[in-house]
Amino acid sequence: MSPAPELINRLRAFLPPDAVLHDTEDLKPYECDGLSAYRQTPMIVVLPQTEQQIIQVLRLCHETHTPVVARGAGTGLSGGALPHDAGILMSLAKLNRILEIDPLARTARVQPGVRNLAISDAARPHGLYYAPDPSSQIACSIGGNVAENSGGVHCLKYGLTVHNILKLRVLTIEGELLEIGGEALDSAGFDLLALMTGSEGMLGIVTEITAKLIPVPEKAQLVMAAFDDIQSAGNAVANVIAAGIIPAGMELMDKITIHAVEAFLHAGYDLNAEAILLCESDGTAEEVVDEIARINTIMKSSGATGIRTSRSEAERLSFWAGRKAAFPAAGRVSPDYYCMDGTIPRKHLGQVLSGIETLSEHYGLRCMNVFHAGDGNLHPLILYDANTPGELEKTEEFGGKILEMCIQAGGTITGEHGVGMEKINQMCLQFKTDELQIFHGVKAAFDPQNLLNPGKAVPTLHRCAEFGAMHVHSGSEKFPDLPRF
Amino acid sequence: MQAIIDQITATLRIAAERGQPLHIQGGGSKAFYGHPRAESAESLDITPYQGIVNYEPTELVITARAGTRLSEIESVLREHGQMLAFEPPHFASTATLGGCVAAGLSGPRRAAAGAVRDFVLGVRMLDGTGRDLHFGGQVMKNVAGYDVSRLMAGSMGTLGVLLEVSLKVLPLPAAEKTIGLEMNTAQAIKQMNQWAGKPLPITATCHVDGQLYIRLSGAETAIRTAQTQLGGESRSDGDTFWQSLREQTHPFFEPAASLWRLSVKSTAPEYHLPGKQLMEWNGALRWLTCQNDKDNQHSDSAAHVIREAATAAGGHATLFRGQHHTIPVFHPLTPALLSLHRRLKQQFDPAGILNPGRLYPEF
Ligand SMILES: Cc1cc2nc3c(=O)[nH]c(=O)nc-3n(C[C@H](O)[C@H](O)[C@H](O)COP(=O)(O)OP(=O)(O)OC[C@H]3O[C@@H](n4cnc5c(N)ncnc54)[C@H](O)[C@@H]3O)c2cc1C
Ligand SMILES: Cc1cc2nc3c(=O)[nH]c(=O)nc-3n(C[C@H](O)[C@H](O)[C@H](O)COP(=O)(O)OP(=O)(O)OC[C@H]3O[C@@H](n4cnc5c(N)ncnc54)[C@H](O)[C@@H]3O)c2cc1C
Repeated sequence: MSPAPELINRLRAFLPPDAVLHDTEDLKPYECDGLSAYRQTPMIVVLPQTEQQIIQVLRLCHETHTPVVARGAGTGLSGGALPHDAGILMSLAKLNRILEIDPLARTARVQPGVRNLAISDAARPHGLYYAPDPSSQIACSIGGNVAENSGGVHCLKYGLTVHNILKLRVLTIEGELLEIGGEALDSAGFDLLALMTGSEGMLGIVTEITAKLIPVPEKAQLVMAAFDDIQSAGNAVANVIAAGIIPAGMELMDKITIHAVEAFLHAGYDLNAEAILLCESDGTAEEVVDEIARINTIMKSSGATGIRTSRSEAERLSFWAGRKAAFPAAGRVSPDYYCMDGTIPRKHLGQVLSGIETLSEHYGLRCMNVFHAGDGNLHPLILYDANTPGELEKTEEFGGKILEMCIQAGGTITGEHGVGMEKINQMCLQFKTDELQIFHGVKAAFDPQNLLNPGKAVPTLHRCAEFGAMHVHSGSEKFPDLPRF
Repeated sequence: MQAIIDQITATLRIAAERGQPLHIQGGGSKAFYGHPRAESAESLDITPYQGIVNYEPTELVITARAGTRLSEIESVLREHGQMLAFEPPHFASTATLGGCVAAGLSGPRRAAAGAVRDFVLGVRMLDGTGRDLHFGGQVMKNVAGYDVSRLMAGSMGTLGVLLEVSLKVLPLPAAEKTIGLEMNTAQAIKQMNQWAGKPLPITATCHVDGQLYIRLSGAETAIRTAQTQLGGESRSDGDTFWQSLREQTHPFFEPAASLWRLSVKSTAPEYHLPGKQLMEWNGALRWLTCQNDKDNQHSDSAAHVIREAATAAGGHATLFRGQHHTIPVFHPLTPALLSLHRRLKQQFDPAGILNPGRLYPEF
């Protein structure tokens, strides 16, 4: 018999009835995260409201060897919150209170289910905000951000989640509380705050976050430059950096993206351009004037075919609107799209993009490229139709090849979306056995029974052996024309 | 260079087999810091493994071998108008990159720019069994696998021998200016925190001897406007001052019986503790020193009072200089965290041979 009835009874002993879901239709909304190609119905969903309830759930899971998967807002793009078929899915959505904003110390103490943008909204009356701004910020939770080490368009200058948090309350699988980090800028012992950030719910459940707040810049202005080939746009990025400028944001879009967003939004993007580069400056008014002038000069000398500088806040936002609408625009031009997330040293941009183009022709699938150009984080969006038999499989293979190219270019298979379930095979290519063993060791130091989000983020050595055999078989001869770095 | 790695690997393997503790030897510049090396420890000299491996200014990344002198790295960066923005203290010309990352110390710019750990992008290291491991990489954003490279920062060589480190670098500011304002400690705490919440180009703060020093960085025009806003007197000795703070050559740091480092919430109220005090990082870093033992900071009970004060302000206290056998150098960990540290140590260094006791006596 399934262990569910017994577990449900024990959960109901300390959770209200509506916080323990087990009917098929109630479970349905939890069967996937933002990567909807992967689905799994959990055995039970729990929605605790307090840290004490989480402790009780974890103790029960530990005692009964039941896997437990944390879920924030479910916007993750790598299947990190994909449920376990024989496990409990724990939604943190009800822990959604902002506990304290300390304007003088510039910190926010919040529960994990608080939405990213809600923190900035609460801080803004004090002239402060929380810097990391993933495009999903109206929906995603800060707990999920910590678990993925999420970034945003401003992270070259302001950092990722790991740079913007001070302290975590974390519960181990035994239900033991760890206070990691502190209210100071550093803490005694190992940097467990860094280790926890980006650990994809594998090491503990985050129940409270103390985040840093920074002053809202006095002014922000945006330069939009069009280029007639993508390599010149890439060079322009390098030239900006070489001039000693760290822009607040630097985003690049390729032609197919420009066309998709222009059709969707009419933002006034140049449809003849092969690439559009958005480069933002923020800071004090004087700083921005100085920097914008220099950026303009650099764009010109880098061969931009058209340059526009925002003259008002409304115009700045309208220039950004196209970039921010890249995902929905992809949804308009194609029934489905698949978002990849590799990072490469920027100098290889041209080669990687032409490699993607070759793959795109080979698979007969279109691909839009949006690029956090400042920090080399590439988001190819593969356009496909899940209703066409075999197309999802083709898409996944295409995506896998892109990630391999990123590794060969000296980059990584994931810049900010995490490994989750999605990139577990490519982990075998990026890391050697010894390194994977260290990862398993870290996991074991926190969760020796492997109950927290099992099967994600780090592949078993067995899985890698199988993938390796398959990979050698189908991989290398098929694309002799792809760039090898 | 491979020959050096092979040799270190062989030393590690033999030591692991025999349970022979090793002391990872960088430049020796921070020998005073942390618990002294174990008496039975043999030196593992990492300094021959030196040199810059890769530096591409437009990628904002430098990769160098752990034995490379910090001074060499910083001068190469300066030639290209860039810097290590966390302003690591050297404490001696021999300071190495490996030691800088292992000690995890950052200088005056830390509150504005971030700490060593914030700039570590990747490492190559040998664990306690001699396995050659790469974590992270040379790119700005990378979330594949646990963040082992940042974990190395501040681990005092207890988890592995660093071989190579990749760091994010930043452009040098176009201009810098230091201003001084007279005020007492309580006023300074409030003022530094208030200004830190305003969009001002402040990149370092220090309060000592009734003076608040503020460093402004960026475009000339921005600095000028900020200075009008903040008031105070321009100081011509700005660069020397911040350098003396970073390297602890400022008179405040002259050799003393003990030097405590309190890392606390920036708004923590003024401490009424015996000895002299200096504040940095908008109040988040407080140094406490006494010239002789009349302040009795070396007694266990005084240490206890200092540590309680730091804990109450959400932070921790380190006996930075003036080691004393009954007082732990680093702030004691809670039992739950200590056992987690030991379990992690076990994974990286099962034989317990790497810098044993350097961070905590228990491992
Ligand atoms: C349209 C769109 C745009 C996006 N843009 C960006 C972007 O610009 N930058 C970016 O970085 N990401 C982006 N993402 C990805 C996603 O939003 C982030 O990864 C986000 O941090 C996930 O948060 P979540 O609350 O939805 O987490 P979920 O998807 O619910 O969970 C993600 C992972 O975190 C774990 N987790 C959640 N809460 C906790 C907790 N309290 N304790 C421990 N583990 C926990 C889960 O187990 C899972 O492994 C985007 C996604 C979408 C759909
Ligand atoms: C001849 C000589 C004799 C000495 N005798 C003693 C003695 O008897 N007792 C004593 O306490 N000290 C002694 N020292 C000093 C001691 O060796 C230093 O603590 C040691 O050199 C640390 O190097 P460092 O300060 O350069 O390290 P730093 O370069 O300042 O490094 C600080 C920390 O980082 C670690 N570290 C350095 N490089 C790496 C790396 N690549 N990977 C991982 N961790 C690293 C170090 O082990 C140390 O814990 C002696 C030094 C010398 C030169």
